[in-house]
Amino acid sequence: MILQVQHVTKRFGGLTAVNDVTFDLPKGQILGLIGPNGAGKTTLFNCINGVYSPTEGKIIFNGKDITGSPTYKAAALGLSRTHQIVRPLNELSVEQNVVVGACYGREKLGLRKATAVADEIMEFVGIRERADQLASSLNVAQKKRLEMARALAARPYLLLLDEVLAGLNTAEVSSMLDTIRNIRERGVTIIMIEHIMHAVMSLSDRIIVLNYGELIAAGTPDEVSQNPEVIEAYLGDPGLAAQLLEEERA
Amino acid sequence: MKRLRFPGLWITLILVIGVGIIPAINGSASLRESMFTILMSVALASSLNIILGYTGYVSFGHIVFFGVGGYLGFYVISQHGWNILPAMLVGGLSAAILAFLLGATVLRLRGAYFALATIGINEAMRALVINIPILGGPVGMEMHFSEYKKYGGPMQALWMVYWSVLIVTVLTIVVSYYVKKSKFGLGLMAIREDEDAAEVMGVVAPRAKTWAYVLSAIFPGIIGVLFFFKNGNIEPGDAFRLQFSIELIVMVMLGGAGTVLGPVIGSGIYQQLRKVLLTSPIFKNIQLAVAGFLLLLIILFIPSGAVGWLRSKSVKLRRVLE
Repeated sequence: MILQVQHVTKRFGGLTAVNDVTFDLPKGQILGLIGPNGAGKTTLFNCINGVYSPTEGKIIFNGKDITGSPTYKAAALGLSRTHQIVRPLNELSVEQNVVVGACYGREKLGLRKATAVADEIMEFVGIRERADQLASSLNVAQKKRLEMARALAARPYLLLLDEVLAGLNTAEVSSMLDTIRNIRERGVTIIMIEHIMHAVMSLSDRIIVLNYGELIAAGTPDEVSQNPEVIEAYLGDPGLAAQLLEEERA
Repeated sequence: MKRLRFPGLWITLILVIGVGIIPAINGSASLRESMFTILMSVALASSLNIILGYTGYVSFGHIVFFGVGGYLGFYVISQHGWNILPAMLVGGLSAAILAFLLGATVLRLRGAYFALATIGINEAMRALVINIPILGGPVGMEMHFSEYKKYGGPMQALWMVYWSVLIVTVLTIVVSYYVKKSKFGLGLMAIREDEDAAEVMGVVAPRAKTWAYVLSAIFPGIIGVLFFFKNGNIEPGDAFRLQFSIELIVMVMLGGAGTVLGPVIGSGIYQQLRKVLLTSPIFKNIQLAVAGFLLLLIILFIPSGAVGWLRSKSVKLRRVLE
Protein backbone atom coordinates (compact mmCIF):
# COMPACT_ATOMS: atom_id res chain seq x y z
CA MET A 1 0.00 0.00 0.00
CA ILE A 2 1.40 3.36 -0.97
CA LEU A 3 -1.19 5.29 1.00
CA GLN A 4 -3.36 4.38 3.96
CA VAL A 5 -5.96 6.84 5.16
CA GLN A 6 -7.26 5.70 8.53
CA HIS A 7 -10.35 7.18 10.17
CA VAL A 8 -9.49 10.70 9.09
CA THR A 9 -11.76 13.41 10.41
CA LYS A 10 -11.37 17.14 9.92
CA ARG A 11 -13.53 19.63 11.77
CA PHE A 12 -13.60 23.39 11.31
CA GLY A 13 -15.32 24.62 14.43
CA GLY A 14 -18.76 23.04 14.29
CA LEU A 15 -18.46 21.91 10.69
CA THR A 16 -17.22 18.41 10.00
CA ALA A 17 -15.72 18.63 6.53
CA VAL A 18 -14.32 15.11 6.46
CA ASN A 19 -15.84 12.46 8.69
CA ASP A 20 -14.09 9.21 9.55
CA VAL A 21 -12.77 8.43 6.09
CA THR A 22 -10.76 5.24 5.64
CA PHE A 23 -9.28 3.78 2.48
CA ASP A 24 -6.15 2.09 1.18
CA LEU A 25 -4.47 2.79 -2.11
CA PRO A 26 -2.27 0.15 -3.76
CA LYS A 27 0.73 1.22 -5.79
CA GLY A 28 0.24 2.01 -9.47
CA GLN A 29 -3.50 2.59 -9.41
CA ILE A 30 -5.57 5.59 -10.36
CA LEU A 31 -8.10 6.32 -7.66
CA GLY A 32 -10.99 8.60 -8.54
CA LEU A 33 -12.32 10.77 -5.71
CA ILE A 34 -15.77 12.08 -6.52
CA GLY A 35 -18.65 13.70 -4.72
CA PRO A 36 -20.92 16.71 -4.96
CA ASN A 37 -19.60 20.22 -4.35
CA GLY A 38 -18.65 20.76 -0.73
CA ALA A 39 -18.36 17.04 -0.03
CA GLY A 40 -14.89 17.50 1.47
CA LYS A 41 -12.76 16.21 -1.38
CA THR A 42 -10.22 19.03 -1.41
CA THR A 43 -10.19 19.05 2.40
CA LEU A 44 -9.26 15.38 2.30
CA PHE A 45 -6.42 16.20 -0.12
CA ASN A 46 -5.30 18.94 2.21
CA CYS A 47 -5.22 16.47 5.09
CA ILE A 48 -3.25 13.95 3.07
CA ASN A 49 -0.47 16.29 1.96
CA GLY A 50 -0.30 18.26 5.20
CA VAL A 51 -1.95 21.58 4.40
CA TYR A 52 -4.29 20.72 7.27
CA SER A 53 -3.59 18.55 10.22
CA PRO A 54 -6.50 16.12 10.56
CA THR A 55 -8.55 16.46 13.75
CA GLU A 56 -8.53 12.68 14.13
CA GLY A 57 -7.07 9.78 12.26
CA LYS A 58 -3.85 8.86 10.54
CA ILE A 59 -2.23 9.26 7.14
CA ILE A 60 0.38 6.64 6.32
CA PHE A 61 2.43 7.17 3.19
CA ASN A 62 4.82 4.44 2.05
CA GLY A 63 4.79 3.00 5.55
CA LYS A 64 5.56 6.34 7.22
CA ASP A 65 3.10 8.14 9.43
CA ILE A 66 2.90 11.65 7.97
CA THR A 67 -0.16 12.81 9.89
CA GLY A 68 0.08 16.54 10.50
CA SER A 69 3.60 16.93 9.14
CA PRO A 70 4.20 20.00 6.96
CA THR A 71 3.60 19.95 3.22
CA TYR A 72 7.31 20.16 2.38
CA LYS A 73 7.91 16.90 4.25
CA ALA A 74 5.26 15.16 2.19
CA ALA A 75 6.87 16.60 -0.94
CA ALA A 76 10.28 15.31 0.10
CA LEU A 77 8.87 11.82 0.62
CA GLY A 78 7.40 11.78 -2.87
CA LEU A 79 3.87 13.08 -2.49
CA SER A 80 3.05 15.87 -4.94
CA ARG A 81 -0.17 17.62 -5.78
CA THR A 82 -1.80 20.14 -8.04
CA HIS A 83 -4.22 22.81 -6.88
CA GLN A 84 -7.82 23.14 -7.92
CA ILE A 85 -7.35 26.88 -8.20
CA VAL A 86 -4.03 27.10 -9.98
CA ARG A 87 -1.18 28.69 -8.07
CA PRO A 88 1.56 29.52 -10.55
CA LEU A 89 4.63 31.41 -9.34
CA ASN A 90 3.59 34.36 -11.49
CA GLU A 91 6.75 36.40 -11.78
CA LEU A 92 8.92 33.38 -12.54
CA SER A 93 9.22 31.80 -15.96
CA VAL A 94 7.41 28.58 -16.79
CA GLU A 95 10.74 26.78 -16.73
CA GLN A 96 11.69 28.20 -13.34
CA ASN A 97 8.34 27.05 -11.96
CA VAL A 98 9.06 23.50 -13.04
CA VAL A 99 12.68 23.70 -11.87
CA VAL A 100 11.43 24.58 -8.37
CA GLY A 101 9.49 21.32 -8.41
CA ALA A 102 12.54 19.34 -9.46
CA CYS A 103 14.93 21.11 -7.07
CA TYR A 104 12.83 20.72 -3.98
CA GLY A 105 10.89 17.54 -4.72
CA ARG A 106 11.73 13.99 -3.79
CA GLU A 107 15.12 13.91 -5.48
CA LYS A 108 16.31 17.36 -4.36
CA LEU A 109 18.26 17.86 -7.55
CA GLY A 110 20.87 20.53 -8.14
CA LEU A 111 20.02 23.36 -10.54
CA ARG A 112 21.68 21.83 -13.59
CA LYS A 113 20.06 18.40 -13.28
CA ALA A 114 16.77 19.98 -12.28
CA THR A 115 16.78 22.05 -15.45
CA ALA A 116 17.29 18.91 -17.52
CA VAL A 117 14.42 17.18 -15.72
CA ALA A 118 12.26 20.28 -16.15
CA ASP A 119 12.96 20.30 -19.88
CA GLU A 120 11.88 16.71 -20.20
CA ILE A 121 8.74 17.19 -18.09
CA MET A 122 7.72 20.35 -19.97
CA GLU A 123 8.01 18.40 -23.19
CA PHE A 124 5.98 15.57 -21.66
CA VAL A 125 3.05 17.76 -20.58
CA GLY A 126 3.31 19.95 -23.65
CA ILE A 127 4.39 23.36 -22.36
CA ARG A 128 7.96 23.23 -23.61
CA GLU A 129 7.50 26.03 -26.13
CA ARG A 130 6.31 28.30 -23.30
CA ALA A 131 9.43 27.71 -21.18
CA ASP A 132 10.68 31.31 -21.23
CA GLN A 133 7.33 32.99 -20.77
CA LEU A 134 6.26 34.28 -17.39
CA ALA A 135 3.87 31.86 -15.70
CA SER A 136 1.33 34.67 -15.33
CA SER A 137 1.03 34.93 -19.11
CA LEU A 138 -0.33 31.39 -19.57
CA ASN A 139 -4.00 30.65 -20.18
CA VAL A 140 -6.00 28.42 -17.85
CA ALA A 141 -5.35 25.16 -19.70
CA GLN A 142 -1.62 25.88 -19.80
CA LYS A 143 -1.59 26.82 -16.13
CA LYS A 144 -3.19 23.48 -15.30
CA ARG A 145 -0.46 21.78 -17.27
CA LEU A 146 2.11 23.87 -15.46
CA GLU A 147 0.68 22.73 -12.11
CA MET A 148 1.02 19.18 -13.33
CA ALA A 149 4.55 19.69 -14.65
CA ARG A 150 5.70 21.15 -11.35
CA ALA A 151 4.23 18.23 -9.45
CA LEU A 152 5.75 15.68 -11.83
CA ALA A 153 9.17 17.31 -11.82
CA ALA A 154 9.40 16.31 -8.18
CA ARG A 155 9.36 12.68 -9.39
CA PRO A 156 6.60 11.74 -6.96
CA TYR A 157 5.45 8.26 -6.00
CA LEU A 158 1.95 9.58 -5.44
CA LEU A 159 0.30 12.42 -7.30
CA LEU A 160 -2.84 14.17 -6.10
CA LEU A 161 -4.68 15.82 -8.99
CA ASP A 162 -7.32 18.30 -7.89
CA GLU A 163 -9.72 18.96 -10.78
CA VAL A 164 -7.13 19.28 -13.48
CA LEU A 165 -9.85 19.00 -16.11
CA ALA A 166 -12.15 21.72 -14.80
CA GLY A 167 -12.39 24.72 -17.09
CA LEU A 168 -10.87 22.93 -20.08
CA ASN A 169 -12.63 22.56 -23.42
CA THR A 170 -13.36 19.15 -24.96
CA ALA A 171 -10.17 18.95 -26.97
CA GLU A 172 -8.08 20.02 -24.01
CA VAL A 173 -9.81 17.46 -21.78
CA SER A 174 -9.04 14.56 -24.08
CA SER A 175 -5.42 15.59 -24.48
CA MET A 176 -5.12 15.95 -20.70
CA LEU A 177 -6.58 12.46 -20.26
CA ASP A 178 -3.82 11.07 -22.46
CA THR A 179 -1.28 12.89 -20.34
CA ILE A 180 -2.72 11.39 -17.15
CA ARG A 181 -2.60 7.90 -18.65
CA ASN A 182 1.02 8.47 -19.61
CA ILE A 183 1.82 9.55 -16.07
CA ARG A 184 0.38 6.30 -14.75
CA GLU A 185 2.48 4.38 -17.23
CA ARG A 186 5.54 5.95 -15.65
CA GLY A 187 4.59 4.13 -12.46
CA VAL A 188 3.10 7.07 -10.57
CA THR A 189 0.10 6.33 -8.37
CA ILE A 190 -2.64 8.91 -8.77
CA ILE A 191 -5.63 10.14 -6.81
CA MET A 192 -7.80 12.43 -8.88
CA ILE A 193 -10.66 14.62 -7.83
CA GLU A 194 -12.86 15.12 -10.84
CA HIS A 195 -16.34 16.27 -11.74
CA ILE A 196 -16.27 15.25 -15.38
CA MET A 197 -17.83 11.81 -15.02
CA HIS A 198 -16.86 10.19 -18.29
CA ALA A 199 -13.26 11.15 -17.63
CA VAL A 200 -13.05 9.84 -14.12
CA MET A 201 -14.99 6.68 -15.05
CA SER A 202 -12.69 5.85 -17.94
CA LEU A 203 -9.44 6.59 -16.12
CA SER A 204 -9.94 5.24 -12.62
CA ASP A 205 -9.19 1.73 -11.46
CA ARG A 206 -11.23 2.41 -8.37
CA ILE A 207 -13.47 5.20 -7.23
CA ILE A 208 -14.43 6.45 -3.81
CA VAL A 209 -17.35 8.76 -3.23
CA LEU A 210 -17.65 11.42 -0.55
CA ASN A 211 -20.87 13.08 0.49
CA TYR A 212 -21.10 15.54 3.40
CA GLY A 213 -17.62 14.46 4.41
CA GLU A 214 -18.47 10.79 4.62
CA LEU A 215 -17.28 8.01 2.41
CA ILE A 216 -20.52 6.59 1.02
CA ALA A 217 -19.23 4.21 -1.61
CA ALA A 218 -16.06 2.61 -2.95
CA GLY A 219 -15.45 0.23 -5.81
CA THR A 220 -14.86 -0.05 -9.51
CA PRO A 221 -16.34 2.65 -11.74
CA ASP A 222 -19.17 0.36 -12.74
CA GLU A 223 -20.05 -0.59 -9.18
CA VAL A 224 -20.01 2.99 -8.04
CA SER A 225 -22.11 4.29 -10.90
CA GLN A 226 -24.78 1.67 -10.14
CA ASN A 227 -24.82 2.48 -6.45
CA PRO A 228 -28.19 4.07 -5.62
CA GLU A 229 -26.76 6.06 -2.73
CA VAL A 230 -24.20 7.66 -5.04
CA ILE A 231 -26.81 8.46 -7.62
CA GLU A 232 -28.98 10.04 -5.01
CA ALA A 233 -26.12 12.08 -3.58
CA TYR A 234 -25.43 13.47 -7.00
CA LEU A 235 -28.82 13.93 -8.47
CA GLY A 236 -31.42 13.45 -5.79
CA ASP A 237 -33.78 11.58 -8.10
CA PRO A 238 -32.60 8.08 -9.07
CA GLY A 239 -34.85 7.97 -12.11
CA LEU A 240 -33.37 11.10 -13.58
CA ALA A 241 -29.92 9.91 -12.70
CA ALA A 242 -30.35 6.67 -14.56
CA GLN A 243 -31.54 8.59 -17.55
CA LEU A 244 -28.57 10.95 -17.43
CA LEU A 245 -26.13 8.09 -17.09
CA GLU A 246 -27.68 6.47 -20.14
CA GLU A 247 -27.15 9.66 -22.09
CA GLU A 248 -23.60 9.89 -20.90
CA ARG A 249 -22.87 6.41 -22.17
CA ALA A 250 -24.47 7.04 -25.54
CA MET B 1 33.73 36.79 -29.73
CA LYS B 2 33.12 34.58 -26.76
CA ARG B 3 30.03 35.60 -24.87
CA LEU B 4 30.60 36.84 -21.38
CA ARG B 5 29.43 34.24 -18.91
CA PHE B 6 27.81 36.39 -16.25
CA PRO B 7 27.01 39.69 -17.97
CA GLY B 8 24.58 40.76 -15.23
CA LEU B 9 27.26 40.44 -12.57
CA TRP B 10 30.05 42.06 -14.55
CA ILE B 11 28.01 45.07 -15.57
CA THR B 12 27.09 45.73 -11.96
CA LEU B 13 30.61 45.20 -10.63
CA ILE B 14 32.29 47.32 -13.30
CA LEU B 15 29.81 50.11 -12.56
CA VAL B 16 30.44 50.00 -8.80
CA ILE B 17 34.20 49.61 -8.98
CA GLY B 18 34.51 52.15 -11.79
CA VAL B 19 32.63 54.78 -9.85
CA GLY B 20 34.22 53.65 -6.59
CA ILE B 21 37.80 54.40 -7.65
CA ILE B 22 37.07 57.94 -8.90
CA PRO B 23 37.87 59.53 -5.50
CA ALA B 24 41.27 57.84 -5.52
CA ILE B 25 42.11 59.32 -8.91
CA ASN B 26 41.51 62.93 -7.99
CA GLY B 27 42.18 62.39 -4.27
CA SER B 28 39.26 64.57 -3.24
CA ALA B 29 38.14 64.05 0.35
CA SER B 30 34.68 65.51 -0.19
CA LEU B 31 34.08 63.30 -3.19
CA ARG B 32 35.28 60.37 -1.13
CA GLU B 33 32.77 61.21 1.57
CA SER B 34 29.82 61.39 -0.78
CA MET B 35 30.99 58.20 -2.52
CA PHE B 36 31.23 56.55 0.88
CA THR B 37 27.57 57.35 1.50
CA ILE B 38 26.57 55.98 -1.89
CA LEU B 39 28.61 52.77 -1.56
CA MET B 40 27.28 52.22 1.92
CA SER B 41 23.73 52.63 0.60
CA VAL B 42 24.46 50.22 -2.23
CA ALA B 43 25.64 47.57 0.20
CA LEU B 44 22.73 48.11 2.59
CA ALA B 45 20.12 48.22 -0.17
CA SER B 46 21.56 45.12 -1.87
CA SER B 47 21.45 43.28 1.44
CA LEU B 48 17.89 44.38 2.10
CA ASN B 49 17.03 43.22 -1.41
CA ILE B 50 17.77 39.60 -0.45
CA ILE B 51 14.92 39.53 2.04
CA LEU B 52 12.73 42.22 0.44
CA GLY B 53 13.25 41.64 -3.26
CA TYR B 54 14.02 37.93 -3.50
CA THR B 55 11.99 36.58 -0.59
CA GLY B 56 9.20 39.17 -0.60
CA TYR B 57 9.37 40.04 3.10
CA VAL B 58 9.32 43.78 3.76
CA SER B 59 11.91 44.26 6.47
CA PHE B 60 10.96 47.77 7.49
CA GLY B 61 13.39 48.07 10.36
CA HIS B 62 16.34 46.55 8.54
CA ILE B 63 18.62 49.25 9.88
CA VAL B 64 18.60 47.37 13.20
CA PHE B 65 21.39 45.13 11.87
CA PHE B 66 23.48 48.15 10.91
CA GLY B 67 22.90 49.50 14.42
CA VAL B 68 23.62 46.32 16.35
CA GLY B 69 26.68 45.44 14.27
CA GLY B 70 27.89 49.02 14.48
CA TYR B 71 27.42 49.16 18.24
CA LEU B 72 29.20 45.93 19.07
CA GLY B 73 32.00 46.57 16.59
CA PHE B 74 32.46 50.10 17.86
CA TYR B 75 32.45 48.81 21.42
CA VAL B 76 35.35 46.42 20.88
CA ILE B 77 37.31 49.08 18.99
CA SER B 78 36.75 52.02 21.31
CA GLN B 79 36.72 50.21 24.66
CA HIS B 80 39.07 47.32 24.03
CA GLY B 81 41.33 48.70 21.32
CA TRP B 82 40.55 45.95 18.78
CA ASN B 83 41.67 46.26 15.22
CA ILE B 84 39.04 47.18 12.62
CA LEU B 85 39.10 43.80 10.87
CA PRO B 86 38.12 41.60 13.84
CA ALA B 87 35.67 44.34 14.83
CA MET B 88 34.03 44.03 11.41
CA LEU B 89 33.72 40.30 12.04
CA VAL B 90 32.09 41.01 15.40
CA GLY B 91 29.67 43.40 13.70
CA GLY B 92 28.73 40.98 10.91
CA LEU B 93 28.48 38.01 13.22
CA SER B 94 26.36 39.75 15.85
CA ALA B 95 23.93 40.99 13.18
CA ALA B 96 23.76 37.47 11.74
CA ILE B 97 23.08 35.89 15.12
CA LEU B 98 20.37 38.44 15.87
CA ALA B 99 18.76 37.73 12.49
CA PHE B 100 18.95 33.99 13.12
CA LEU B 101 17.25 34.30 16.50
CA LEU B 102 14.61 36.68 15.16
CA GLY B 103 14.13 34.53 12.08
CA ALA B 104 12.64 31.70 14.08
CA THR B 105 10.01 34.02 15.52
CA VAL B 106 9.16 37.05 13.36
CA LEU B 107 9.47 35.27 10.04
CA ARG B 108 6.35 33.31 10.95
CA LEU B 109 4.48 36.55 10.42
CA ARG B 110 3.45 37.51 6.94
CA GLY B 111 2.84 40.74 5.07
CA ALA B 112 2.14 43.84 7.10
CA TYR B 113 2.58 41.99 10.40
CA PHE B 114 6.16 41.12 9.58
CA ALA B 115 6.89 44.71 8.51
CA LEU B 116 5.43 46.05 11.75
CA ALA B 117 7.36 43.54 13.84
CA THR B 118 10.66 44.61 12.28
CA ILE B 119 9.94 48.24 13.19
CA GLY B 120 9.24 47.06 16.72
CA ILE B 121 12.54 45.20 16.86
CA ASN B 122 14.47 48.26 15.75
CA GLU B 123 12.81 50.43 18.40
CA ALA B 124 13.30 47.75 21.05
CA MET B 125 17.01 47.48 20.28
CA ARG B 126 17.35 51.24 20.47
CA ALA B 127 15.63 51.23 23.87
CA LEU B 128 17.79 48.32 25.00
CA VAL B 129 21.04 50.02 24.03
CA ILE B 130 19.98 53.23 25.79
CA ASN B 131 19.71 51.20 28.97
CA ILE B 132 23.07 49.45 28.76
CA PRO B 133 25.66 51.57 30.59
CA ILE B 134 28.72 49.83 29.12
CA LEU B 135 27.50 50.79 25.63
CA GLY B 136 27.27 54.40 26.77
CA GLY B 137 23.53 54.54 27.44
CA PRO B 138 21.64 57.39 25.78
CA VAL B 139 24.76 59.41 24.92
CA GLY B 140 26.56 56.57 23.18
CA MET B 141 30.31 56.11 22.93
CA GLU B 142 33.25 58.02 21.58
CA MET B 143 36.47 56.72 20.21
CA HIS B 144 39.85 58.08 21.19
CA PHE B 145 41.60 59.83 18.35
CA SER B 146 44.66 57.68 18.87
CA GLU B 147 42.78 54.68 17.44
CA TYR B 148 43.37 56.14 13.98
CA LYS B 149 47.13 56.16 14.56
CA LYS B 150 47.21 52.37 14.22
CA TYR B 151 46.41 52.84 10.60
CA GLY B 152 48.96 55.56 9.96
CA GLY B 153 46.92 58.59 11.04
CA PRO B 154 43.38 59.85 10.43
CA MET B 155 43.88 60.51 6.72
CA GLN B 156 45.09 56.97 6.03
CA ALA B 157 42.44 55.52 8.29
CA LEU B 158 39.69 57.29 6.35
CA TRP B 159 41.03 55.98 3.05
CA MET B 160 41.37 52.53 4.53
CA VAL B 161 37.72 52.68 5.62
CA TYR B 162 36.74 53.86 2.16
CA TRP B 163 38.47 50.91 0.45
CA SER B 164 36.95 48.55 2.98
CA VAL B 165 33.46 49.81 2.17
CA LEU B 166 34.17 49.38 -1.52
CA ILE B 167 35.30 45.79 -0.93
CA VAL B 168 32.31 44.98 1.29
CA THR B 169 29.99 46.50 -1.31
CA VAL B 170 31.52 44.39 -4.07
CA LEU B 171 31.18 41.29 -1.86
CA THR B 172 27.54 42.13 -1.16
CA ILE B 173 26.82 42.36 -4.88
CA VAL B 174 28.59 39.08 -5.60
CA VAL B 175 26.60 37.37 -2.83
CA SER B 176 23.39 38.96 -4.07
CA TYR B 177 24.10 37.69 -7.60
CA TYR B 178 24.95 34.16 -6.55
CA VAL B 179 21.94 33.94 -4.27
CA LYS B 180 19.72 34.99 -7.13
CA LYS B 181 21.25 32.44 -9.49
CA SER B 182 21.31 29.57 -7.00
CA LYS B 183 18.84 26.87 -6.08
CA PHE B 184 18.52 28.59 -2.71
CA GLY B 185 17.55 31.84 -4.45
CA LEU B 186 15.02 30.06 -6.61
CA GLY B 187 13.43 28.72 -3.45
CA LEU B 188 13.32 32.26 -2.04
CA MET B 189 11.63 33.58 -5.16
CA ALA B 190 9.13 30.73 -5.00
CA ILE B 191 8.35 31.82 -1.44
CA ARG B 192 7.93 35.39 -2.65
CA GLU B 193 5.42 34.36 -5.30
CA ASP B 194 3.37 31.98 -3.16
CA GLU B 195 4.72 30.69 0.11
CA ASP B 196 2.13 27.93 0.55
CA ALA B 197 2.53 26.67 -3.00
CA ALA B 198 6.31 26.74 -2.55
CA GLU B 199 6.01 24.56 0.54
CA VAL B 200 3.74 22.13 -1.28
CA MET B 201 6.54 21.84 -3.86
CA GLY B 202 8.96 21.01 -1.07
CA VAL B 203 10.64 24.33 -0.29
CA VAL B 204 11.35 24.31 3.44
CA ALA B 205 10.18 27.87 3.83
CA PRO B 206 10.99 28.46 7.52
CA ARG B 207 14.59 27.41 6.98
CA ALA B 208 15.05 29.24 3.67
CA LYS B 209 13.57 32.46 5.05
CA THR B 210 15.78 32.35 8.11
CA TRP B 211 18.95 31.97 6.04
CA ALA B 212 17.84 34.74 3.70
CA TYR B 213 17.31 36.98 6.71
CA VAL B 214 20.72 36.06 8.13
CA LEU B 215 22.43 36.74 4.79
CA SER B 216 20.69 40.08 4.50
CA ALA B 217 21.87 41.04 8.00
CA ILE B 218 25.60 40.22 7.79
CA PHE B 219 26.73 43.03 5.50
CA PRO B 220 24.72 45.77 7.23
CA GLY B 221 26.40 44.65 10.46
CA ILE B 222 29.85 45.02 8.90
CA ILE B 223 29.00 48.34 7.25
CA GLY B 224 27.79 49.64 10.61
CA VAL B 225 31.24 49.06 12.12
CA LEU B 226 32.97 50.89 9.25
CA PHE B 227 30.54 53.80 9.35
CA PHE B 228 30.84 54.46 13.07
CA PHE B 229 34.59 53.89 13.07
CA LYS B 230 34.83 56.62 10.44
CA ASN B 231 32.50 58.86 12.46
CA GLY B 232 34.46 58.39 15.67
CA ASN B 233 31.33 58.20 17.78
CA ILE B 234 28.09 56.28 18.01
CA GLU B 235 24.67 57.23 19.41
CA PRO B 236 21.45 55.23 19.64
CA GLY B 237 19.65 57.74 17.41
CA ASP B 238 22.22 57.41 14.62
CA ALA B 239 22.53 53.65 14.87
CA PHE B 240 18.84 52.80 14.82
CA ARG B 241 17.53 55.56 12.54
CA LEU B 242 14.23 54.24 11.19
CA GLN B 243 14.19 57.01 8.59
CA PHE B 244 17.26 55.48 6.96
CA SER B 245 15.49 52.14 6.89
CA ILE B 246 12.64 53.68 4.94
CA GLU B 247 15.05 55.37 2.57
CA LEU B 248 16.66 51.98 1.90
CA ILE B 249 13.29 50.58 0.87
CA VAL B 250 12.84 53.52 -1.50
CA MET B 251 16.26 52.81 -3.02
CA VAL B 252 15.48 49.13 -3.58
CA MET B 253 12.06 49.86 -5.06
CA LEU B 254 13.38 52.70 -7.21
CA GLY B 255 16.07 50.57 -8.82
CA GLY B 256 14.04 47.38 -8.93
CA ALA B 257 13.34 44.92 -6.13
CA GLY B 258 14.52 41.41 -6.84
CA THR B 259 17.20 42.47 -9.32
CA VAL B 260 20.95 42.59 -8.67
CA LEU B 261 21.58 45.88 -10.44
CA GLY B 262 18.42 47.58 -9.13
CA PRO B 263 19.53 48.42 -5.59
CA VAL B 264 22.83 49.73 -7.01
CA ILE B 265 21.14 52.10 -9.45
CA GLY B 266 18.44 52.97 -6.93
CA SER B 267 20.95 53.94 -4.23
CA GLY B 268 22.96 56.04 -6.67
CA ILE B 269 19.92 57.93 -7.94
CA TYR B 270 18.40 58.35 -4.52
CA GLN B 271 21.57 59.66 -2.88
CA GLN B 272 22.10 62.14 -5.73
CA LEU B 273 18.50 63.26 -5.42
CA ARG B 274 18.85 63.56 -1.69
CA LYS B 275 21.93 65.74 -2.07
CA VAL B 276 20.05 68.07 -4.43
CA LEU B 277 17.05 68.21 -2.12
CA LEU B 278 19.11 68.84 1.01
CA THR B 279 20.88 71.78 -0.56
CA SER B 280 17.73 73.30 -1.99
CA PRO B 281 16.10 75.95 0.22
CA ILE B 282 12.60 74.80 -0.66
CA PHE B 283 13.03 71.06 -0.20
CA LYS B 284 15.62 70.71 2.53
CA ASN B 285 13.01 70.35 5.27
CA ILE B 286 10.64 68.09 3.41
CA GLN B 287 13.29 65.83 1.94
CA LEU B 288 11.75 62.73 3.48
CA ALA B 289 8.29 63.68 2.24
CA VAL B 290 9.73 63.70 -1.26
CA ALA B 291 11.12 60.21 -0.64
CA GLY B 292 7.69 59.04 0.47
CA PHE B 293 6.04 60.59 -2.55
CA LEU B 294 8.64 58.96 -4.78
CA LEU B 295 7.90 55.56 -3.23
CA LEU B 296 4.21 56.12 -3.89
CA LEU B 297 4.85 56.95 -7.54
CA ILE B 298 7.08 53.91 -8.01
CA ILE B 299 4.57 51.52 -6.49
CA LEU B 300 1.75 53.02 -8.55
CA PHE B 301 3.47 53.30 -11.91
CA ILE B 302 6.62 51.18 -12.09
CA PRO B 303 6.34 48.61 -9.28
CA SER B 304 9.20 46.63 -10.78
CA GLY B 305 11.56 49.63 -10.52
CA ALA B 306 13.93 51.03 -13.12
CA VAL B 307 15.81 47.80 -13.84
CA GLY B 308 12.66 45.70 -13.74
CA TRP B 309 11.06 48.08 -16.21
CA LEU B 310 14.05 47.92 -18.56
CA ARG B 311 14.09 44.14 -18.34
CA SER B 312 10.45 43.95 -19.30
CA LYS B 313 11.13 46.07 -22.39
CA SER B 314 13.36 43.74 -24.34
CA VAL B 315 14.69 40.20 -24.37
CA LYS B 316 18.22 41.49 -25.01
CA LEU B 317 18.17 43.65 -21.90
CA ARG B 318 16.77 40.74 -19.90
CA ARG B 319 19.83 38.74 -20.87
CA VAL B 320 22.38 41.33 -19.78
CA LEU B 321 20.67 43.00 -16.82
CA GLU B 322 20.10 41.00 -13.68
